[in-house]
Amino acid sequence: MTVPPTPAPTDPPAPAAQMTAAADVAARVVGLRKTYGRGEAVVRALDDVTLELRSGEFTAVMGPSGSGKSTLMHMCAALDRPDEGEVWIGDTEIGRLGDKALTLLRREEIGFVFQSFNLVPTLTAEENVLLPLSIAGRRPDPEWFDAVVDTVGLRERLGHKPNELSGGQVQRVAVARALVSRPRIVFADEPTGNLDSRSGAEVLRLLRGAVDDHGQTVVMVTHDPVAAAYCDRVVFLADGRVVDELRAPDRDAVLEIMTRMTDAGEASA
Amino acid sequence: MIRAALRSLLARKLRLVMSTFAIVLGVAFVVGTLIFSDTLNRSFTALFASTVGDVVVRPVGGTTEAGGPSSATLPAALVDELAALPGAARADGNVTAIGVYVVDSDGKAVGGYGPPALGLNDNDAPAAGGEGLALVAGESPVGPDELALDQVTAESAGYQIGDTVPVLLPRGDPDRIEATLTGLVGFPEGGSLNGATLVVLDTPTAQDLFLDGEEAFNDIWVTARDGVSQEELAAEASGLLPDGVEAVTGDAAADESADELLDAISFLTTFLLIFAGISLVVGSFLIVNTFSMLVAQRSRELALLRALGASRVQVVASVQAEAAVLGVVGSTIGLGLGVLLAVALRALFAQVGLDLSGQSLVFTPRVVVAAYAVGILVTAVAALAPALRTVRIAPVQALRDDVALPEASLARRFRGGLALFVLGCLSLVAGLTDLLDDVVDAGGWFTGAGVLLVLLGTTAMSPVLAQPFLGATRRAYAAVFGSVGNLAGQNSLRNPRRTTATASALMIGLTLACTMAIVGDSAKASTDRAIEQNFVGDYVVSNPFGGELNPALADQVAAVDGVASVARERFALAQEDGDARALAATDRAGLALFDPVFVEGAPDDLVDGTVVLKEDFAADRDLGVGDELTVTVPAGEQTWTVAGVIEDNPVIFTPVLTTIGTLEAGGFPAADYVLFVTAEDEAGATARDGLDDLVADLPVVSVKDQQEFAADQRAQIDQFVLIIYALLGLALLIAVLGIVNTLALSVIERTREIGLLRAVGLTRGQLRRMITLESVVIAVLGALLGVVLGLGFGVSLMYAVRDQGLEVISVPFGQVAVFLLLAVVVGVLAAFWPARRAARLDVLEAIATE
Ligand SMILES: Nc1ncnc2c1ncn2[C@@H]1O[C@H](COP(=O)(O)OP(=O)(O)O)[C@@H](O)[C@H]1O
Ligand SMILES: [Mg+2]
Repeated sequence: MTVPPTPAPTDPPAPAAQMTAAADVAARVVGLRKTYGRGEAVVRALDDVTLELRSGEFTAVMGPSGSGKSTLMHMCAALDRPDEGEVWIGDTEIGRLGDKALTLLRREEIGFVFQSFNLVPTLTAEENVLLPLSIAGRRPDPEWFDAVVDTVGLRERLGHKPNELSGGQVQRVAVARALVSRPRIVFADEPTGNLDSRSGAEVLRLLRGAVDDHGQTVVMVTHDPVAAAYCDRVVFLADGRVVDELRAPDRDAVLEIMTRMTDAGEASA
Repeated sequence: MIRAALRSLLARKLRLVMSTFAIVLGVAFVVGTLIFSDTLNRSFTALFASTVGDVVVRPVGGTTEAGGPSSATLPAALVDELAALPGAARADGNVTAIGVYVVDSDGKAVGGYGPPALGLNDNDAPAAGGEGLALVAGESPVGPDELALDQVTAESAGYQIGDTVPVLLPRGDPDRIEATLTGLVGFPEGGSLNGATLVVLDTPTAQDLFLDGEEAFNDIWVTARDGVSQEELAAEASGLLPDGVEAVTGDAAADESADELLDAISFLTTFLLIFAGISLVVGSFLIVNTFSMLVAQRSRELALLRALGASRVQVVASVQAEAAVLGVVGSTIGLGLGVLLAVALRALFAQVGLDLSGQSLVFTPRVVVAAYAVGILVTAVAALAPALRTVRIAPVQALRDDVALPEASLARRFRGGLALFVLGCLSLVAGLTDLLDDVVDAGGWFTGAGVLLVLLGTTAMSPVLAQPFLGATRRAYAAVFGSVGNLAGQNSLRNPRRTTATASALMIGLTLACTMAIVGDSAKASTDRAIEQNFVGDYVVSNPFGGELNPALADQVAAVDGVASVARERFALAQEDGDARALAATDRAGLALFDPVFVEGAPDDLVDGTVVLKEDFAADRDLGVGDELTVTVPAGEQTWTVAGVIEDNPVIFTPVLTTIGTLEAGGFPAADYVLFVTAEDEAGATARDGLDDLVADLPVVSVKDQQEFAADQRAQIDQFVLIIYALLGLALLIAVLGIVNTLALSVIERTREIGLLRAVGLTRGQLRRMITLESVVIAVLGALLGVVLGLGFGVSLMYAVRDQGLEVISVPFGQVAVFLLLAVVVGVLAAFWPARRAARLDVLEAIATE
């Protein structure tokens, strides 16, 4: 497999414009609410969020700190349950699923990349990549595995343990792990948050490539307008609500909305 | 926020509780063992002190084999003469008989093999130690129809004051009486009879029953006036004593009996001491292990402190302060738990006949000192190493996600362990063989130190030794259990030091269990072989309590239908140049049955007044047929003519064999020890039925054929092995708790990782399986190491004592397999709680954990 030509980070790509309106929905949330704490200290982390995530689309979720981005990710990735509303992964509504079914759903349908501590320290890079498959007792498709490994450029590092890898390499392994089981949808919560811009760009290119070449659905939380510019769509959250949305974003458009939101936040404060 | 803070505090609290728990266990173990051995010693001391007066006047000479009083007596008139001595406050005559059994309400004799069943006359003579037996309830017995019992016996036999109590008498007419229980005796100031039973009668009744009505005593206690020493009084008394009677000070007499008894229990106290030492080591491992983990987990926090400007000394001091607090708290709780443990030990020993219930627990200051020394010192040392490791690395490094603390090199540790191991082996060789006996007389210490060094050496080497095992297990796990197995295997390899330190507690427990299994099995095999070789005749009639038989029994047995012949055997101790010599005596039938090979002389030459000697014994003294052997026996000095010299014979244990008449003339009581019965050809069943009928109403006489006799002997060994197993059970319990502790802490330590695994699809069941597998590796590793060491110890121990009647070395492989299987069970059980805890972790919270 060849790595597709990807744009330089300073020059965000033209988004895949050929998205069809008829594309089916990979995941969908309806009327999602989640509150933490009670009484005086009550926090509405999510307040009536409704959102569709289409297959083969690369979506960014942006918003100020504490706006509920991570909470939304966790709900969608079946790591937590909403207080109210529905979460659909494909044709499955997770609200009524027990722990076992949720776990299997995560294993089969969802890939996840965290900001940090993505890998099991006792396992090699290769074992980490294959973890979701081997837990499920499934054999990897060797061609696909090779393809993924080559895409993330880790062939030489497969036998290494996480503490022998750099931060960027760790995140690439994590991406490979999220992709290798061909999940319906991959969630990434600030995957480049801890990386320098070069390593960050590599990871973003990876995700972009997965979407372009394999029709993978990816949702990513980010603070960085440059990162958002890699995406097909940006959803803006503030105070647990979807406040804006942008298709085919470029850096400046994103920055503009972010500034507006910050001003609005300050005005309302 | 508040909830999060509370949770983090709670998590930390749990860690604190668990490391304190390790200290509590370690300390409790040491305290329990110490209190129990103190209690055991105290109860024996009380017993000795209560068995002597200021001055004891007694016949010179031998005692019976069972340690009973000499059959020579002192005239009653001597009591008044002694009481009239200027230095004497009073004098009291004592009648003592052994083999006086209380029959309980179910018709069974009370007591067991070992502790004597005593009959005494009632007197209130003050014992030298001032802690004598005294009436604690009811009234003293008066007349032939009343008796008193010791409290413990009365309770276990189910009698209360006013009940009628049947009592079996050792010999003569009658052989059984019934009397009303009027009072209970005991040690008002604490003390225990250790399982002996007491029947107290008034003096005329005791003389009537035990001394054939003679107005006499077995010994006399003379009490000194104030200001008169034991030595002065003994000297005064010696002046008016007839030949064959001596006066000894109470201290000397107590030492004699103490020596005898302490000899008998020395094995037990030594074992308990070794056990306390080992418990100390196991406890320390537990504490060191837990504390290393605790500090390692805090290394980031400590690094942050360093980054904020705290000096190394400050950081180490803060860890030490925490260790000290935990040490004090843990030791205090451990002290309390240790007392409970001692109570449990006492109950355990009561099960096998060592009844200390009359003795309250002895709580000496040294126990408290030991508890705090162990708890605080070990914790301080345990906390020091990881704290030093933490401050040695740069603060920035520790702030990273995956902190790897520098560890002393495993290779160096391995070399140190190897050195200890080799030293231990050398020490074992020195202890178990007689190579160094000419240089130093400390075989026991060499052996003990050797065992300890080998254990410590193996523990130090085990992280390296265990690598191949852990690697192979990982591969096997991965093959059988897939990814979950691989994860579990990797986890056990992640920190081989921790894995092996946790396993070492189990290793030590199983080493001892395995050693003891081999000792017990070899002892049984040796006994079987000995019985096979020296069981003569068809049936053996004996007293299962180890006492004597009524001499009339032999004639009754001979009269049973189908019995062809009956041979009697008796044992006694005589003094030869101040040393005790064991004698055996038998009759014509016995001599024919034992069939010794005569080197000199002939069987018919053995008549009253002569002896037959074993070859070695005769050669040592350069004696041959016609020469004379001079010994002191209850009747005084006797000279016996040598009638023959025989080859070593498995049936004849003693170096000297004589006739029954010779023993009786020597003043030994007329009582048989064993009757060997030969049945007429083809009349075995008839003879057996007749014998069973005969002994049916004799609770202290049993009839056994060879199989039964062997089973009986084996049962005694089993009982002994059982005590040791029970003690080891405690050690294993501690080991299990150690595994639980380590696993639980490592679950806390790996919270984030567990969250991650759950996030990528590990089910709760898989997580539990992973932790269980991890636990099983630890347990099996410990068990394997323990079994290997135990085999080594057991076989070399048995090899070392092969000359002492234990020639067969037998390894109970079945039992060893059971131990290994048990280790798997232990592993599964130990994982239960930590695995449950891990499975219940909330995925998101786990991932978010710092
Ligand atoms: N476990 C929790 N307990 C209490 N409050 C929480 C918890 N998780 C998130 N919150 C609160 O919910 C809000 C949204 O959090 P989050 O989704 O992490 O925001 P973002 O990822 O956008 O920074 C924040 O105010 C946060 O404090
Ligand atoms: Mg977030």
